[in-house]
Amino acid sequence: MTTKLLEIKNLYVEYVTDDARVFAVNGVDLDINEGETLGLVGETGAGKTTTALSILKLLPERVGRVTRGSISLEGKDLTRYTEADMRNIRGEIISMIFQDPMTSLNPVLTVGYQIAEVLKIHKDEKENRQVDERVDEILKLVGIPPERKHDYPHQFSGGMKQRIVIAIALACEPKLLLADEPTTALDVTIQAQVLSMMNELKRKLRTAMILITHDLGVVAETCDRVAIMYAGEVIEAGTVEQIFDPEAPHHPYTVGLFGAIPDLTKKTRRLNPIDGLMPDPTHLPEGCRFHTRCPRCMEICRTQRPALREENGHRLYCHLFAGGER
Amino acid sequence: MTEHSTQKTVQRKKVKKRSQLKALWFQYRKNRLAMFGLILMTLMLLTALGAGFLLDYDTQVIGQNIRARLQWPSAAHWFGTDQYGRDLFARIIWGSRISLFVGFFTVGIAMTVGSLIGAFAGYYGGRVDNVLMRIMDIFLAMPGTIMAVAIVGALGPGIINVLMAMSLCRIPQFARIVRSAIITIRGQEFVEAARCCGSKDLRIIFRHILPNAIGPIVVQATIGMATTILGVAGLSFIGLGIEAPLPEWGSMLSEAKSQMMYQPYLMFFPGVAIVLAVLALNLIGDGLRDALDPRMKT
Amino acid sequence: MVPVILGLSFILFSIMELTPGDPARAMLGEYAPQEEVEQLREQMGLNDPFFVRYWRYVWNALHGDFGVSYRTNIPTVTEIKNRFPATLKIAFFAVLIAVILGIPVGIISAVKQYSAIDISSMVSALLFTSIPPFWLGLLMILLFSVKLHILPAVGSETWKHFIMPAIAMAAAQMATLVRMTRSTMLEVIRQDYIRTAKAKGAAPARVIFIHSLQNALLPVVTAVGISFSNLLGGALIIENVFGISGLGTLMVESVTGKDSPMLISSVLFAALVGGFVNLGVDLLYTFIDPRVKSQYLKRGAK
Repeated sequence: MTTKLLEIKNLYVEYVTDDARVFAVNGVDLDINEGETLGLVGETGAGKTTTALSILKLLPERVGRVTRGSISLEGKDLTRYTEADMRNIRGEIISMIFQDPMTSLNPVLTVGYQIAEVLKIHKDEKENRQVDERVDEILKLVGIPPERKHDYPHQFSGGMKQRIVIAIALACEPKLLLADEPTTALDVTIQAQVLSMMNELKRKLRTAMILITHDLGVVAETCDRVAIMYAGEVIEAGTVEQIFDPEAPHHPYTVGLFGAIPDLTKKTRRLNPIDGLMPDPTHLPEGCRFHTRCPRCMEICRTQRPALREENGHRLYCHLFAGGER
Repeated sequence: MTEHSTQKTVQRKKVKKRSQLKALWFQYRKNRLAMFGLILMTLMLLTALGAGFLLDYDTQVIGQNIRARLQWPSAAHWFGTDQYGRDLFARIIWGSRISLFVGFFTVGIAMTVGSLIGAFAGYYGGRVDNVLMRIMDIFLAMPGTIMAVAIVGALGPGIINVLMAMSLCRIPQFARIVRSAIITIRGQEFVEAARCCGSKDLRIIFRHILPNAIGPIVVQATIGMATTILGVAGLSFIGLGIEAPLPEWGSMLSEAKSQMMYQPYLMFFPGVAIVLAVLALNLIGDGLRDALDPRMKT
Repeated sequence: MVPVILGLSFILFSIMELTPGDPARAMLGEYAPQEEVEQLREQMGLNDPFFVRYWRYVWNALHGDFGVSYRTNIPTVTEIKNRFPATLKIAFFAVLIAVILGIPVGIISAVKQYSAIDISSMVSALLFTSIPPFWLGLLMILLFSVKLHILPAVGSETWKHFIMPAIAMAAAQMATLVRMTRSTMLEVIRQDYIRTAKAKGAAPARVIFIHSLQNALLPVVTAVGISFSNLLGGALIIENVFGISGLGTLMVESVTGKDSPMLISSVLFAALVGGFVNLGVDLLYTFIDPRVKSQYLKRGAK
């Protein structure tokens, strides 16, 4: 087995505001190997983005903080890093792509400058001309004519902007890329283009990636492994094959997620969503967090946290499958 | 089970709607400065209202008493007396009536007229909008003070003329706020829905659109009152506002200017009164703005 | 701008129409015989209908003739030329003080949100917006002229005369700028592109000066333009406090002296200055906001 690039253990994150305390991430365990793609799947508010932001220590100041757990990058615990140390990590070793390309670029700076900036920050020994050449090279890589580097973000379309955001993220050839729903804000046709480009670049640069999405189709196409999050917890994780295997045991929430995708081969009259809403993260339910919405809820689910059931790296937290039987 | 819970959320939503004011108050209360402003303003309003019972206007406020001229503050005259022997404390208390009255009515008139102009301009758009807003632009091209001076110059000083001049200067601001609020609200579905139900234009403007713009209007009104009080004091100070013997704070300062060297207290207290009134209103306005838009809380 | 000035002149002309009193009578004095007054009225064209007179005013104005002061018989343009420099000096220094102090304090406040510096600067800004400038001026005279004897109280002979009026006028504008800069800065700091910059590993100084400042300054620049035209209005009262013979005192004198041509000309002039300042602000915008710039370029290309 290859070495672990990043390992998150028992991570807890809270947001504290005047009125309430939000438990956003509650004991997440994740790991990712070099060059691997991990899909992080879940509904809005499941804590996916919060997990990604806490890796880079970019949680909103004064509001969000990691309360427990560790995040180690190649064995070194990032939670102990100072802000100055983190700056050397950000953009250089771990970089992040945000959800909305329309607002992720600074409107008053040229895109060329914004790409060159990350190079200047981390590779300060390089000469200006070299930086220039590198910018051209990266722009070509993401399929944008280099002569457009003097243009401002508002002169580009949404898909182009996301390509530029990707160019910024990959400029220093980071070891890990955190992609937070990189295609949700884009048109469907452009989504596919951007995704396949990301995949290709990832392979070329041998970058590992955590892909946050709620699109299971995207996961099936691009990911090696998947972790499914609900109410700040990973409730099921495994390889793509394991998660997508209809024969294997699954968490009822995972089943629900798959059920919510319309199947073109079957004749159904309506969509099949999971009933109910995500629980209020200020008052999480006792026992299994999913029991309020679970179609197979049992008495024990209301009071006791489900234990881990692991089989060939397929992790599952559900009372239904406790003790190994299906 | 699930049915039950959805019902619950529906209920909760209803409760939320009803207590919008309560939520606003909840947000507002948390802001200590804003609460201070509110308490200060309440006290000033109470003294202004009570002044009529406590003080006799003719003898205590404008009655001259040569024997008691230019006395420094003492137990008998808390703030001292002016060159005509009038008690400064009584005059300042009475002055709060004038300033608050003028501020309130100026803003009241400006708000009514401005909101109507803005509402029609925003709702009908096109040529109506163009003509109305160009006229507003003309008024906005001038600093308020200059416009007010020109109008007072034509009409002559006096409380009513000042009131008219000041409100005329404030109209465009309200018109602008209401217009932009309405343009954003006009396109929303619930307005379309009201129109589909056959509501008349006027009904749509008053029942559906204006209530939604009330937040920014109220904020502008409070802050507008503060600026008006400042403006009126300024006009009175240069002798183009409210005239003696009415105890307006600005004109009191104007009288005090000549005594400044030897009787600085005459200049001190009316100024403090203006600062307190304006400060209280500004604090309330800021507090309201933050409470209405918690995201912008700073 | 041209229609605004034209509209303003019309409004002013109508307002002046309401002014009681007869300028011809005022010019000749109370004891002049009635026939002479009538003759002068005829001569000045005061008996013509309102629109004829307004049209004549506009026509003459277009040829550079803005009328003659009723009080002094000096062309109003000459009078403004004599009086404006003093006002311009105070207003300019006031804007300078407000910008130099206000914007940095606002930035520091935003960056160090909720710190002691932030809280104290916000409280003093609130206080300064609530202090009447003329009262602040009087207090300063009391302290610096009467008590300490370091600055002259009235007049406009030396640069020392301009210190107190400029500060008195700057205080409120500065407070507005502090609050404005702080709030736009806080707004910008919350934007996604600031998070992108941080995710690149940019240091705080870079995030503030390169990524936030230019975006935050856009609305502040507008505010500076507005504050300049507010200062022209404020000069009206401040000049009175410090006995400075500028545009402000000129307006007050023409109001009290029923000198309509003088008043109309000086108000129009103030509006014109305000208009030019706003034009300058618009031009500045094209330098700092590439979105506005490309709009202009597009329009130019068409």
